[in-house]
Amino acid sequence: MTNQSDIPVEERGNPGQSGLSRRNFIAASTGLAGSIVAGRAAADSLADVPPREVGADLGGHSERSKYVKISRIPEAGPGKRNVDPSDAINSKTPLDKLFGSITPSDLHYERSHSGVPDLDPVKHRLLVHGMVRKPLVFNVDDLKAMPSVSRVVFIECTGNGWENWKKADENLTVQNTHGLVSTNEWTGVPLKLLIELVGKDRGSNWMLAEGGDAAGVARSIPLTDEILNEAFVAYGQNGEPLRPAHGFPIRLIMPGFEGNLNIKWLRRLKFGDRPWMTRWETARYTQLEANGKAIQFQLRMETNSVITSPSGTMMIKPGYQRITGLAWSGHGKIAKVEISTDDAKSWKEAQLNLPVLPKAQTRFQMDWIWDGKPTKIVSRSTDDKGNVQPDRKSFIAATGTNALFHYNALQTWSVDEIGRVRNVLD
Amino acid sequence: MSSTSKALLTGAIALALGSPVLAYDFGRPATPGETALWDIDVRPDGKGLPPGSGTVAHGQQVFADNCAACHGDNGVGGIKDRLVGGQGTLASDAPVKTVGSFWPYATTLFDYIHRAMPYQAPGSLSNDDTYAVAAYILHLNGILPADGRLDRDSLSEIKMPNRDGFVPEPEFDPAKLFRTK
Repeated sequence: MTNQSDIPVEERGNPGQSGLSRRNFIAASTGLAGSIVAGRAAADSLADVPPREVGADLGGHSERSKYVKISRIPEAGPGKRNVDPSDAINSKTPLDKLFGSITPSDLHYERSHSGVPDLDPVKHRLLVHGMVRKPLVFNVDDLKAMPSVSRVVFIECTGNGWENWKKADENLTVQNTHGLVSTNEWTGVPLKLLIELVGKDRGSNWMLAEGGDAAGVARSIPLTDEILNEAFVAYGQNGEPLRPAHGFPIRLIMPGFEGNLNIKWLRRLKFGDRPWMTRWETARYTQLEANGKAIQFQLRMETNSVITSPSGTMMIKPGYQRITGLAWSGHGKIAKVEISTDDAKSWKEAQLNLPVLPKAQTRFQMDWIWDGKPTKIVSRSTDDKGNVQPDRKSFIAATGTNALFHYNALQTWSVDEIGRVRNVLD
Repeated sequence: MSSTSKALLTGAIALALGSPVLAYDFGRPATPGETALWDIDVRPDGKGLPPGSGTVAHGQQVFADNCAACHGDNGVGGIKDRLVGGQGTLASDAPVKTVGSFWPYATTLFDYIHRAMPYQAPGSLSNDDTYAVAAYILHLNGILPADGRLDRDSLSEIKMPNRDGFVPEPEFDPAKLFRTK
């Protein structure tokens, strides 16, 4: 019989949407039980399970099981993998090994421009000044004492997906291709409240946010209604103080916008009437088009999705497969995810697992019976503003292959005749 | 944000603004003296540039002492970003983005060196040395003559070769944003 642990019923799944049901799964699995159990130890017996024994003492915090091997991977630019950590510029989240939609804090992707600073929260200060009535200095305790908001949002490096601009390395995992996006719950002080306290001049519509890292990373942020309503200065990450790699003691959270705008180790907010044109918003995070012109202030992260299982370098067997993955959009909520298991010829709507939150990653899944023939599997997301993730050919036709950042084309995984899953362009 | 938290927040702001004493309980006034220590940003119109000046010739020495180890002797061939050349490559299959080929504003060069370089000791260059090394990098790119000199007036007047090479995303175009309100 089928091992109960293989039954992928998600109790949080939304029954109103297409997808799995226990009855359908069991009906399907009955006819395919042979293929599912094939490969298990022939003499699997409860008698082989080790007896119960007294466990370890309680501790101050919990470590992962020694049986769980899971970590980020530090990488440099496209094609520059397996680098020495001192040469890495980012560290990618193991999307293929995670469940649900929340990224564990220590596995949230990491990007820094001059290392992770060691900041003493007692000595850290936030200066809020510029075109304001009364410039103020806040310490971390000041911020923690103020009214707060908590929100689950994704943060995505604009370089996510950049491995596949020009070619597809077939040895890449989904961690390599899409590991620069993560979702956490962040807690902090609404930007709007800080703005009210300093009395921002009505003529100021741009804000410079600057980090306390060695590089002093700084970005100009337009104060649109959306940003005024949603941005906040966070000190909490998944219920605890920020991890150093993610901005301890405080960072800016800009739901739906470029990871680089979520300034870490935040130490200064300055209000002005135009953008500052810092290195990061001119020479770095701009997208070169085929004609040699660069798109600037492409601040919002696009509608995106990727199948995390089966995904690059995995092996599958004929029969039942649960396809699962993550979808997200800087425009709002994911409205639907469609999956093709026949090389984008036909599409079927996947089940979205609850909760489906705006500007957060959403888990999707779908039943699939693989017939053992070579094929390609693809996911395509649509958000609640009607934005549809583009196929790669149209995407490249519109942008060229030099943009480096903001890659959100459909991700295709090929499956060959022996069940090997590989990264391909389309 | 849910409507409940919006309502809570609105209430919190009203509460904070309704009482100046409470407002001052959140943070303290910044003094002009301390603000000047951190107020380092420079805009394309030159606002924020400090006094001082530097020559291409002096910049060559500053560059050799502080920059060449990572960026190469002439801003080419180092282990970190290439700073020189690349003009005419932006529309090719292998674009080379450097200060000379890509950066739209010379003021950004000063701002970036001043805040972030040299990598191991950012902020350690004097204002004069920062002007000088910026002048040298612009000279290597054919933008300043060998006897060139930079100060806050001349820096903001430089037109970089790729000044017109950027197209704003329509949603956040600074020339159009906020103008209709």
